Amino acid sequence: MPAIELSKAPQPAATNPEQIRNFGIIAHIDHGKSTLADRMLGITGVVDQRNMRAQYLDRMDIERERGITIKSQAVRLPWRSGLDGQEYILNMIDTPGHVDFTYEVSRSLAACEGAVLLVDCAQGIEAQTLANLYLAMENNLTIIPVLNKIDLPAAQPEKFAEELANLIGCQPEDCLRVSGKTGMGVELLLDQIVRQIPPPVGDANAPARALIFDSVYDSYRGVVTYVRVVDGHLSTRDQIQMFSTGVRHEMLEVGVISPEPVVSKGLGVGEVGYVITGVKDVRQSRVGDTITTYHNPATKALAGYKDPKPMVFSGLYPLDGADYPLLREALDKLQLNDAALVYEPETSAALGFGFRCGFLGLLHMEIVRERLEREANLSLISTAPNVVYRVTNDDGKEMIVTNPSEYPDGKVASVFEPIIRATILAPSEFIGAIMELCQQRRGLLKGMDYLSEDRVEIRYTLPLAEIVFDFFDQLKSKTRGYASLDYEPIGEAEGDLVKVDILLQGETVDAFSAIVHRDKAYTYGVMMTSKLRELIPRQQFEIPIQAAIGSRIIARESIRAIRKDVLAKCYGGDISRKRKLLEKQKEGKKRMKMVGRVEVPQEAFIAALATGDDADKAKAKK
Amino acid sequence: MIDSAPLLSFYLHIPYCLRRCGYCDFNTYTPGELRTGSDLSEVSQGYIDLMIAEIDQSPAGIEIPTIFFGGGTPTLMEPEDLGRVLRHLEIRNGLTSDCEITIEANPDTVTAEKLERLRAIGINRISFGMQSATTHVLKTLDRTHNPENVLKATAGAVAAGFEQISVDLIYGAPGESVSDWTQTIETALALPITHISAYALIVEDGTKLGAQVKRGEIVMPDEDETADKYLLADSKFSEAGLNWYEISNWAKPGAECKHNVAYWEGKNWWGVGPGAHSHLDGRRWWNVKHPTAYRDRVAKGQSPLQGEEILTASEKESERVMLEIRMPAGIELSTLGSAAAARISNYLASGHINAQIWEQGRLSLTLSGRLIADRIVREILV
Repeated sequence: MPAIELSKAPQPAATNPEQIRNFGIIAHIDHGKSTLADRMLGITGVVDQRNMRAQYLDRMDIERERGITIKSQAVRLPWRSGLDGQEYILNMIDTPGHVDFTYEVSRSLAACEGAVLLVDCAQGIEAQTLANLYLAMENNLTIIPVLNKIDLPAAQPEKFAEELANLIGCQPEDCLRVSGKTGMGVELLLDQIVRQIPPPVGDANAPARALIFDSVYDSYRGVVTYVRVVDGHLSTRDQIQMFSTGVRHEMLEVGVISPEPVVSKGLGVGEVGYVITGVKDVRQSRVGDTITTYHNPATKALAGYKDPKPMVFSGLYPLDGADYPLLREALDKLQLNDAALVYEPETSAALGFGFRCGFLGLLHMEIVRERLEREANLSLISTAPNVVYRVTNDDGKEMIVTNPSEYPDGKVASVFEPIIRATILAPSEFIGAIMELCQQRRGLLKGMDYLSEDRVEIRYTLPLAEIVFDFFDQLKSKTRGYASLDYEPIGEAEGDLVKVDILLQGETVDAFSAIVHRDKAYTYGVMMTSKLRELIPRQQFEIPIQAAIGSRIIARESIRAIRKDVLAKCYGGDISRKRKLLEKQKEGKKRMKMVGRVEVPQEAFIAALATGDDADKAKAKK
Repeated sequence: MIDSAPLLSFYLHIPYCLRRCGYCDFNTYTPGELRTGSDLSEVSQGYIDLMIAEIDQSPAGIEIPTIFFGGGTPTLMEPEDLGRVLRHLEIRNGLTSDCEITIEANPDTVTAEKLERLRAIGINRISFGMQSATTHVLKTLDRTHNPENVLKATAGAVAAGFEQISVDLIYGAPGESVSDWTQTIETALALPITHISAYALIVEDGTKLGAQVKRGEIVMPDEDETADKYLLADSKFSEAGLNWYEISNWAKPGAECKHNVAYWEGKNWWGVGPGAHSHLDGRRWWNVKHPTAYRDRVAKGQSPLQGEEILTASEKESERVMLEIRMPAGIELSTLGSAAAARISNYLASGHINAQIWEQGRLSLTLSGRLIADRIVREILV
């Protein structure tokens, strides 16, 4: 039995780096990473059968429900190798699985010497996995290719072993075959991790340097910072210092996760664990930053620290204006745990008081919104997401625009917009559909490779603005769900962009303004005006709905004045009934937002601003 | 109205029909639905006794200005049985000298002879459920009668000595064209009548028609077309000397239905019978709905009351505004407050409120305003 009794396993701060293996698992959302992790916890004996629960490491409900891991964790697993009979400590460093968290992934990988590339052998590799694999290869990690779910009837291990071998330059037979579900092959995998992945190397006598690869806010403990010690030693007696800010903190607790927190005296070279300093805000303990000791500081930070930079912006407004303070509170609280979230108060003539929020990407935006709604029990309206524009006026003045309503009205000399490199993996039968979609979205084809006989990798550059709205939904629907997408920002480019305003009875509705490519302005205008015509009820007077670029009207609809709004009958018994109906209608009126003299139901804002997917959900709710 | 002697109107509900019409959500039962095994005349006799028993629960000695037999189909009952109720009320409360006594009648089930008997017991106003002059609309409404019966029935009413004769019309039924409606209007105006109620069809949940609309089998006509039909009706009725005195009611001068006006002016009335609603000095209540439950209560000398509400000041105000606005005299502006008056003043410019009458200090709706009365009420009551 290769599991080691826990009390007899090598202890933190007293483990020879030679005995340590640090590894991550690179996998797509549903390729079975959490199940494999569960199995490893069981086989190494750190969690016994009785306490086991599915997806043990995914703490947040939202993670478990959506099957994605937002925050990584590191688990210390003692293991006696079946190959040499020696004792080892395996640190499994979980990596977030999505495109928006590329930077966090890169830091998690930087804490490892090797990675398990886990691929569902009924589905093959996905675009995001490929991107993370490239990230790991850039970090010189040892890659162990593993085919998961070999117990499935639809498994095609030969086909996907070929694919993996092509990607990482190994032999198809080097791919391990496991089933996280049944446990088949998992012990062998642990042995191969010990054999193939090199032990960490560092200078135990040098000043301490530890890499922060994750930072989580806990309402009881404050910020819990996950670190990988590169050089030297961290212990509870130390005062520590952050390289990026220079701020000094008391070290209140050091420990390892196994998989519940276990306090230790310290952490030595190559070890992975957590520190608690009493800091209340993850922005003071940033991913990628280097921790050193105050009394014996290192002179040079570990490479690779970056400030997170928001790429996508959206206005968030409480449905009920009275909830504004609650929204502020909820954002403040969320930011304690999300260093990448930025926001500032914003006022919309149509939506009232809210916040302009910046996100790393689309998923990040969705997660934040969902957490605000769920954890703070708020109902929110979010404006259509937009990117950051760099606009230069005719007089040479430059401005950064994160909200379409701030787009200058005067003459614009040039506008620059962010560009991304997109990688799309899909069965080759969908090449045509994918190329058509990317072409429509102003994409430039950069290359295409066959991963295997019938799967391709297609690379495009696209304006980020073109994928923030409904690109992913479209891609999924055009490829029957088979395509996967990854993207990374690569810079900016000048675009022929205009701001389209939507006017109700001559008044601009700021929430509906959008910056779009000139060729698409008309389509946007027609789409919005006809949507609003359906969504806004008829009123006392005719309401013109217009789409305009500056003062030029490009699309027009109108809502005819209402002619009939009266109940015909009013018998004796109808009087109470009619009064109650009136009271109900009055409630409905309260939920209207006034745009000039026009009453716009909140539902109209939600539906008009929804992307294809949300709009369907909204319809389904009705 | 300024202090006059206290009055109490009576609404007498006859909850029986031979069959139920497809759009009807009234509290009425067919013999099949009652499953009593007895025939209607037996049911009828027993029911009259119950009505008299409930009347005995009402305050005695207050004069009665109006009585209204509604249904259901009141003409299913023997006139002499209804007469017993009237005699009872007359003896117990007394009737005003000009007491209006109305009965709703199905043009199919009244004969000349029956009309005479109804007149003989003291009923002086009769309202026929005509609904439409076109067969296909009647069929959509699930009505059984033959359009010609209405002519016969109204002529019979005249012969029997009724001076106040009304017909009920319904417009805006699925499949009704503007020319169908024109034909209905003209047919009605050719009858010897003094009063017309014309209602836009309301599709109620829980009716056969409601279910058909929900399933998409029947498509309701465009609201704008229904609005046009209202305009058409008002113009033709006015031409014929019938003036609007409530949104859906037109009458020759002096032929207005005093009983309905009492409802709209917030007067007191006692509703007798299952499901009937009553109003007494700001208290509204309603009886248990099913005839069997009603019988069980009343036969034991208990109140048939099922629920009640005491109107708050603001509820009274809501009712006053929503009812008064439906009549030509409208609402005295000084009672609304300046903020509410300011909120609705833009309906002057759009021609929904009569500007001349506004200058005189009253809110009165124009023809187009009548069609959006509920909207204006909501603005007033915010």
